[in-house]
Amino acid sequence: MTKLYMARNPRAAARSLDGEMMIMSGRDSTLFTLNKTATILWQSADGATPLDEIVEKKICTEFDVEPTEALADAETLARELASHEILQISEAPITTQNPAAGEKR
Amino acid sequence: MSGLLQELTEKALAKNVPLSVQLDLTYRCNERCVHCYLDHDDHGEMTTAEIKHLLDEMAEAGVFVLSLSGGEIFLRKDLLEILEYARFQRQFCVKLKTNAIMIREREAARLREIGVESIQISIYSHRHEVHDGITLVPGSLQRSITAAKFLKSQGLRVIFANVLMVQNAHDYQGVRALAEELGIESTLDPTVTPMMDGNRSVLSLGADQATLRGVFRDQGLVGDVDEFCAIPAPGDENSLAALPCSAGHTTCYVSPYGDVFPCVQFPLPTGNVRNQKFLDIWRHSDKMNEVRAIRLKDLTTCTSCTHVTSCTRCPGLAFMEGNMRGPSSQDCEKSFVRTGVPSANMLAKKRAVANLVQIGPLPNSPSTSAAALA
Repeated sequence: MTKLYMARNPRAAARSLDGEMMIMSGRDSTLFTLNKTATILWQSADGATPLDEIVEKKICTEFDVEPTEALADAETLARELASHEILQISEAPITTQNPAAGEKR
Repeated sequence: MSGLLQELTEKALAKNVPLSVQLDLTYRCNERCVHCYLDHDDHGEMTTAEIKHLLDEMAEAGVFVLSLSGGEIFLRKDLLEILEYARFQRQFCVKLKTNAIMIREREAARLREIGVESIQISIYSHRHEVHDGITLVPGSLQRSITAAKFLKSQGLRVIFANVLMVQNAHDYQGVRALAEELGIESTLDPTVTPMMDGNRSVLSLGADQATLRGVFRDQGLVGDVDEFCAIPAPGDENSLAALPCSAGHTTCYVSPYGDVFPCVQFPLPTGNVRNQKFLDIWRHSDKMNEVRAIRLKDLTTCTSCTHVTSCTRCPGLAFMEGNMRGPSSQDCEKSFVRTGVPSANMLAKKRAVANLVQIGPLPNSPSTSAAALA
């Protein structure tokens, strides 16, 4: 099965408000709040840990859910978050491209 | 305000979280706007390291929206370093306020890469002679417009911010048309702010009542004119329990020298981040908590005013008039012009004037007249 990797989109703005994650999309400044599962995905999105491992270690231990079903749901959620430019997803590990590395004025 | 933002703001209020902060990076400026309230000399701005430390503290405190302003922020040579830190290390939603005259294609491209939410540019007129006459910098309008085009071409959100004054009283529609032509949003602020040192002479630049009346009846600006200008219902127990504004509740302001105030327009010092943690000032400053404790029912004069629940009363302007619980005359005037109903403050002043008694001329100086309160 193909692995899926996630990284936080550096263009998104994010802050935890009393445990609830607020995210502003880097694409169109739409504001979102993340549910518990999405918050786990955001906090675990280091570009190196595959989604199935995140689901196994952090979602299945938190929620009473069957692993295969949880992975399918998590993948759907990750792709949705990626469509809003909140996460970056890839079938290979992601080395975060920091736009700050660009030319200085 | 969107439903979600409203919900988050209410949550921040309940949890005493400073959701939004304006940080002025410098008071230095390359324009000399005639209405500006700032002293442009540098009295010891925070260093890059101090600002990064402050950003760490603000992120920890829960600040989400960071508005960077000045002065002219592009005069700070470390601006891009600060922006990169704010965005990539601390994930703030960053808004910029600038005159933009130092922004060229390269700066615009970097701002896109960094991912700022919006760039607000001060534009006072669509006519060069008027705008440049306010900024006192020849060519400034052209340079600001050119910068706005660079920023727009990068897909960035640009907002023209206009301040209504005597000088540009007839130009706000021209600014709005220029913004629309460029695909840019625009705002119009009818308030001229007294200088931070208390000097109120700049208030003479404020637009007159006839101009304000036109603005408040401009459907393009206010939407439903009848609704906007309607005489408000008197306040009841519930509405009088409301907060006067968000200053000190979910927002605050930090000066280039580290001083923390409830708002940029509310120069009540509450602490300095060079001496104290930002969150300690936010949570524990006596002054901040004094501001935070005020409800509409606690206001002197205003509580009994017809306009109390609909007035734009600024507690900071009231503070600069001498009493943070008192009326703000500028806002009294706006409420009056908007609805035709004088405020309680205006009526009280009128009564005071009516009680003046003319005293006869002194025997040795026939031209002298004096007045005294009855």
